Amino acid sequence: MASETLALDAIDHRARPIGDRLHDWVVTVDHKKLGILYIIYGIVFLIIGGIEAAIIRIQLIVPHNHFVSPEVFNRMFTMHGTTMIFFVVMPILFGFGTYLIPLMIGARDMAFPRLNAFSFWLTAFGGLLLYYSFIGGNGLYGAGNAPDVGWFAYAPLTARAFSPGHSTDFWTLGLLVSGFGSIGTGVNFITTILCMRCPGMTLGKMPLLAWLNLIVGGMVIFAISPLTAAQIMLSIDRYLGGHFFDTQAGGSAVLWMHFFWIFGHPEVYILVVPAFAFVSEIVPVFSRKPIFGYPVMVAATVCIGFISFSVWAHHMFTVGMSSSGNTFFTVTTMIIAVPTGIKIFNWIGTMWGGKIQFSTPMLFCTAFLFQFLIAGLTGIMLGASPFNWQLGNSYFVIAHFHYVIVGGIVFAIFGAFYYWFPKMTGRMYSETLAKWHFWLFLIGFHLTFDFMHIPGILGMPRRIYTYEPGRGWEIWNLIVTIGVFFQALGILVFVFNLLRSLAKGEPAGSDPWDAWTLEWSTTSPPPEYNFAKIPVVRSRRPLWDIKHPEDPDWKYE
Amino acid sequence: MSSAAITRTSIEPEWILPSRGRVGMFSLIAAEAAIFTIFVVAYIFYMGKSLSGPMPKDVLELPIFNTVCLLSSSLTIHLAVRALRNAKVGAFGLWWFVTIALGTTFLVGTGREWQRLISEKGLTVSTNLFGTTYYSLVGLHAFHVTVGLIALAIGMIFTVLGKVKPEHSERADIFSLYWHFVDAVWIVVFTVVYIIGR
Repeated sequence: MASETLALDAIDHRARPIGDRLHDWVVTVDHKKLGILYIIYGIVFLIIGGIEAAIIRIQLIVPHNHFVSPEVFNRMFTMHGTTMIFFVVMPILFGFGTYLIPLMIGARDMAFPRLNAFSFWLTAFGGLLLYYSFIGGNGLYGAGNAPDVGWFAYAPLTARAFSPGHSTDFWTLGLLVSGFGSIGTGVNFITTILCMRCPGMTLGKMPLLAWLNLIVGGMVIFAISPLTAAQIMLSIDRYLGGHFFDTQAGGSAVLWMHFFWIFGHPEVYILVVPAFAFVSEIVPVFSRKPIFGYPVMVAATVCIGFISFSVWAHHMFTVGMSSSGNTFFTVTTMIIAVPTGIKIFNWIGTMWGGKIQFSTPMLFCTAFLFQFLIAGLTGIMLGASPFNWQLGNSYFVIAHFHYVIVGGIVFAIFGAFYYWFPKMTGRMYSETLAKWHFWLFLIGFHLTFDFMHIPGILGMPRRIYTYEPGRGWEIWNLIVTIGVFFQALGILVFVFNLLRSLAKGEPAGSDPWDAWTLEWSTTSPPPEYNFAKIPVVRSRRPLWDIKHPEDPDWKYE
Repeated sequence: MSSAAITRTSIEPEWILPSRGRVGMFSLIAAEAAIFTIFVVAYIFYMGKSLSGPMPKDVLELPIFNTVCLLSSSLTIHLAVRALRNAKVGAFGLWWFVTIALGTTFLVGTGREWQRLISEKGLTVSTNLFGTTYYSLVGLHAFHVTVGLIALAIGMIFTVLGKVKPEHSERADIFSLYWHFVDAVWIVVFTVVYIIGR
């Protein structure tokens, strides 16, 4: 298969001067380069956000610690949350989507390549704007630098009176700008997937990654827009003297909460559905079986897409709502667990009876399955409003959503890194180092986030700067912080492995995993035009059909 | 990908996919609709909650002429696109120009209304909740009209330079979707602000 791929040009791009090559990366509209830019950008911010997390944890390692001041502590948790959601996980997921979608549907680029570049640079400058607050946030007021209002920035903390200077404005503008980028990406994903599929690839024959990103595109459009609107309102309040969230003039602080969480909860699914997509591509290949229950998988994701817009106020149980409000949002939260549970059964069904190969991508996906299940179970606990009144805003909540985001999404992302690294670079990574990364990160993750549930149950509230000894929290906080160092070590091994393999890895060939989707039919890394000849597909596993002409899939689908 | 197993065979029906421009524009419109929804919800939520005057019933007048202008511009842009599809570039330019004129009239009308509210009635964005929500919602819509007018003006420049050909009718058609959307939003804004909210 690989040897049959046509290469149209034999120009050695590596021979050109470094200035030219960098210039290529800046002006590029190629979806593969933009995808890689997104991913590198995400990794850089992952390290920054990780350092912020480490600062938070070092401060909390013992009672009455004075590692940082309370003001710095507030900035650190605000910046950590904002960075990780908007400038780490989203760019990395969009990067993989941008890189993989055209390759998987047999297209030469996204539907709107220039919009694609525009979206990336908006996201990039949004992040720079946020971090510029460390320098420019002071304004003329001498009023602190980086944002310190928490990542959901509840009113009235964001009012001029309580947040002088420009720190909150950098937060607002950073998210506004990157939000426009995200909306552009959403539009591009939908259009690419609907309008650029290669001949024969009907909606029912698309790889699940394309299907799931189509749904993500739809959710981005409807979820990021409310955030954009709310940020515009906040800017009007702060700059034009408006009263949207100004309670003294009759405005409502609760309205901001609703607007934020009508974005905030679908956002969780915007982050997790692409992670589902990675797992749905990796698990079948390493189980040597086609995905179990393809149509159910698609239907379940569509359900998640819809229901995710009706659960937002479960973030607000402790704010106080009517009993019908509490009931409604408890019930919808329970309901959304059903399609999510269906997916877990689908992945297990795929692994069941397969010849499972535990290469690193599969290891990460297996860990994802267990951890995401536990994260879902604590989610159901918190979704029950009476339980939530007890543990809302405690470290139990923090442990729950880090279980989702780190134990679920980040593990799936690492799986995707190792799975597609050979395709993106043309080189294999070191399996030994990758296993070191996996085990270090796994141990660190469980030390940190398993034990974080306990101080939450014991009543430790989130966002506190320090705590009194003698409440039984000390030992748990110590263990949690120790776990952070294991995770950091794992990340170091990961970055070292990436850089080393980039320089010295074995050549990967076009199809190192004996996989079935179209991206493995072209060279690694793919040429700029992706496919010398646009492929024609007849089943969900076009490469299986080529490799097994005596028993092709299209006879059965 | 030169293997025989996946070459196009005669059993495949012709492969037709939706137009990129249309799908992209509909997606953008969906995102815009979500933004407007949040502003409309805020407007309705704060109706009658201002702690001080002026109140909508005291200062707002029905912008009938403006509304007629904007809504009829939807018809004229439709006529423009149809003319271009039938290769009548002259008629296209005429209807396109009328669309710009009607859109500009609307924008000037909004400007005069704001001027009256600010200087005569003393209502600004910081006066009360009504001012905040009114200027935000109507302003967001006016901003979208402005963006549409800029795009229309660029199209007009190309028309005058003689660069517009019948094969561009698809693009003009896709742009007209945006313009129709802006008009549809105005119907919602008009109903909420000037009828229900007054």
